[in-house]
Amino acid sequence: MTTVNTVIPAGKTVSLARRRRRPGEVAFKLALQLCLVIALAFLVGLISYAVFKGWNRLDARLWNNMPTGIVSRADRAGVQSAIFGTLWVMALVALICLPIGILSAIYLEEYADNTRWYNRILELNIQNLAGVPSIIFGILGLGMIARVIGLGFGVITGAIVLALLVLPTVIIASREALRAVPGSIRQASYALGATKWQTTWRQVLPAATPGIATGAILSLSRAIGEAAPLILLGAVTYIRFNPDGLTSRYTTLPIQIYNLLKEPQAEFQELAAAAIVLLLVILLAMNSIAIIVRNRFHKKW
Amino acid sequence: MTMTNPHPAVPIGINPDTLRTDGPPIGSHPVLELDEVTAFYGDYAAVRDVSMTIAAKQITAMIGPSGCGKSTVLRSLNRMNDLIPGARIAGRIAYHGQDLYSRDVDPIEVRRHIGMVFQKPNPFPKSIYDNIAYGPRVTGMKVDDMDALVHDALVSAALWEEVKDKLRTSALALSGGQQQRLCIARTIAVRPEVILMDEPCSALDPIATGKIEDLMFELAGDYTIVIVTHNMQQAARVSHRTAFFTADVDADGVRHGRLVEYDQTNKIFVNPSQKRTEDYITGRFG
Repeated sequence: MTTVNTVIPAGKTVSLARRRRRPGEVAFKLALQLCLVIALAFLVGLISYAVFKGWNRLDARLWNNMPTGIVSRADRAGVQSAIFGTLWVMALVALICLPIGILSAIYLEEYADNTRWYNRILELNIQNLAGVPSIIFGILGLGMIARVIGLGFGVITGAIVLALLVLPTVIIASREALRAVPGSIRQASYALGATKWQTTWRQVLPAATPGIATGAILSLSRAIGEAAPLILLGAVTYIRFNPDGLTSRYTTLPIQIYNLLKEPQAEFQELAAAAIVLLLVILLAMNSIAIIVRNRFHKKW
Repeated sequence: MTMTNPHPAVPIGINPDTLRTDGPPIGSHPVLELDEVTAFYGDYAAVRDVSMTIAAKQITAMIGPSGCGKSTVLRSLNRMNDLIPGARIAGRIAYHGQDLYSRDVDPIEVRRHIGMVFQKPNPFPKSIYDNIAYGPRVTGMKVDDMDALVHDALVSAALWEEVKDKLRTSALALSGGQQQRLCIARTIAVRPEVILMDEPCSALDPIATGKIEDLMFELAGDYTIVIVTHNMQQAARVSHRTAFFTADVDADGVRHGRLVEYDQTNKIFVNPSQKRTEDYITGRFG
């Protein structure tokens, strides 16, 4: 066996000077930055285009007035019924999908025995459902909920379908949040003689609430941006009244925008741009709330 | 002062004159009786054929190298092992004569009588007050004055003076040692008969460890304490009785824990009857 002498003799200097530039490092960093710039440039471009184009219509007319299809009244048109329709749909989606989604997540994370084949199949299918295109959900809603169950084409039908659409996302996000609660908290609770229900309800769920809330808000903001399934489900364009009940006819912002953009007149195009800005503001506000909730209640264990 | 050790079996760091000799003989006043207990994880027997009795109002220490099954035995005493999928017990563990693993025993009820303190302090992410009040609330204890109960538990755990002005602040803001005493206070609050401690000081500095050990002396007057520790000096300092576990490798190369020797602490550390025990406590075998 040979010994390697790693001791540097006295008096001999070691060179620690910076060596030549490493071109690979620099190129990689530039490539990363370029990707980010491309992504951001498109986003900023889209938003500024919408703001620029809709600037003249970003006033009280937008939320005070009802939509119209009559060209001569285009300058007085607004999207109030779409705003109220969106609020109705969003509230109903939240009411339907949050309890179901959170309770499903609790079952899968806290109660289900993952070694059982049926629980594993459930899990796999929830992952798959999250990837199903939204138009498929629209067709399902049309066939099952509007026709077979007979709920018709009111706001409740649209809300049920959107709730089903975002349910997998809510379940997955809630499970992540529940899983992030350390097992030591559950053990501490059991060791004091708490039942599983008490442990879940009083310790695990409160600790997971910030994560669940974040996931829920992000899921809801996805739901209010959806147009495709609602086209099949009776969201119509020129509605001159706000929803007044679960089976009321309705429209939502994405649907309204989609239909306005089909009109050739410049006034309608401007109105569409203004409505896009409004929708973006709502989405950004919801995402900001999600970020605030996450940071404010973030726990260090 | 002489440098020669008059008791060759005793490792450095343990003064045989301080070992406790006040415990009743083995087998008297049993609270928990283990009879041929084997603990399985799936088909694997982590620890085999453990028989011992744990006496009332005594501190019983379980020592031994890593993987010898001492924590598994401890966790089986209040059915915390039930929470691990595939864990099960063969043999009999009796609590005041009643089989803990019989069909009609509710593990929730077991844990109300046999509490547990864990290796890493694990306070709930709630206020100090709510940490203490949680146990009495969930167990449905009849409490006339919750404030008094919280006060008493914190006094018993030698934490009251340090936290009396911040009962409503988060328990997570306390130091590690304070958190561990809070966990002990929380356990005391449900008035268990037995407190199991699973290496309660291994995450703490020596000063915090000293405070917990002092607290254990105090509590031994009222509670039956079983402590698992990696620290032989700690076992020697605090316990009346010591159980020494080790792990043997069987013909298939699988490790199984077993109980080597269980006796008064002064006997284990000064005059062990088993060569294996002597080798371990003198550091010849780890």
